[in-house]
Amino acid sequence: MSWINLSALWKIVVYGLIAGAGLPALFAIGLRALAWPGGARVQTAGAGAGSAGGDPTAADNNDRLVGGNVLGMLIAAIIFLVILAALGWCVYEVYQIGHPAVKK
Amino acid sequence: MATSIATKALEPRVAVALSGVLNLVGAFLSLAVAATIASGLVSTKLVTLTVVAAGLTGGIVWNLLTWLLGIPSSSSHALIGGVIGSTLAAAGGHAVLWHGLVSKVVLPAVLSPIIAALVAATGTWLLYRISRKLTNAARQHGFRIGQIGSACMVSLAHGTNDAQKTMGVITLALIANKTLASGSNAPFWVILCCALAISLGTYIGGWRVIRTLGKGLVEIESPQGMAAESASAAVILLSSSFGYSLSTTHVATGSIIGTGLGKKGAEVRWNVAGRMATAWVFTLPSAALVGAGAFALAHVIGGTLGVVVDLIILLAVVAVIYWKSRGSKVDHKNVNDEWTGSAAPAEPEPAAAA
Repeated sequence: MSWINLSALWKIVVYGLIAGAGLPALFAIGLRALAWPGGARVQTAGAGAGSAGGDPTAADNNDRLVGGNVLGMLIAAIIFLVILAALGWCVYEVYQIGHPAVKK
Repeated sequence: MATSIATKALEPRVAVALSGVLNLVGAFLSLAVAATIASGLVSTKLVTLTVVAAGLTGGIVWNLLTWLLGIPSSSSHALIGGVIGSTLAAAGGHAVLWHGLVSKVVLPAVLSPIIAALVAATGTWLLYRISRKLTNAARQHGFRIGQIGSACMVSLAHGTNDAQKTMGVITLALIANKTLASGSNAPFWVILCCALAISLGTYIGGWRVIRTLGKGLVEIESPQGMAAESASAAVILLSSSFGYSLSTTHVATGSIIGTGLGKKGAEVRWNVAGRMATAWVFTLPSAALVGAGAFALAHVIGGTLGVVVDLIILLAVVAVIYWKSRGSKVDHKNVNDEWTGSAAPAEPEPAAAA
């Protein structure tokens, strides 16, 4: 046995980055999709790359999150569901690892 | 939870109650850390009940001292230090499993805050980068909602690591008393008791540490709060499943510092961070000394009476510290007051109660 478990270490760093920084980043993308302006105006398929995200100069104290674009809201909903699923899966994995069969 | 209270994502009392419940769930989630404490640190064949009692005395005395000063020193390290110290005093160096101690406690203690800081800094940078098109107010609002989720994960993670340490020690005591066979897992009633204890403890005593963590280190906005919490939750959960008994306070502090580093122009209060680091370095050895002292005392007096004397000292210390802490109370009302350089907020002027 070595003093430092390198395989555990890199797993913690890599999975830590994926879950600890990746999932919040995904959440941020979801927020942005949610904020796409739209309403009556239908966004074209190119919206994914553009994502105008509203006029940044528009009143900075406007804290409305929902821009009104249906596609944006749909994407946001999918992203939020993916995040929830990922969390559920993580918790399940931890449960699996954390309950080893009792040694006798 | 500290950060979601500091950014006002949740009403303080709701946050702490929620945290208590999730801690309870977390305590049942993974038992790997309890196994580490119960059989990975000291030789269970050489540990007696007196050793465990003295170890607890050492751990708790040190823990409450640092708690009173508002320094989030690691209760886990205090506990482990106390047990190691009393084991050393009782049976000598060969009774301590040094390999387990270094690889499962000391190294994770050093590495985990660094990893957490790295993850939090990356997360913060990404969040601000991705959300830069949103208006400032919308961004604060959106991440405040996200923060509730990430804070919940932290509480869950906390239960998988911190509640386990108590379970580990009780299991150790049961093994010492031959109630359980060496190498056993924690029985169900122990899990339940510890889970309940940590929930209640969170609700009653967490305010002071919340204040130091949430307000003292960096001034944070909600995207930073979310980044910090996600980083803490990820690092703690991962480490728990490897059985590493790390300190959730260390990790949370690392994350909060990381989130300060990941945002341009954010200020990190390095002197507060330094004060914490100093307390950490001293935690294991100091608690070990107190633990050894407590064992020596119990040993000199001898038998059951010795253990009883230890417990009386323990209760006396707890009472004194509890009484003293009333003088500079930190609770749901003032937990977010402006940081004035110490954990206890400035005395509110009596007339100012409008």
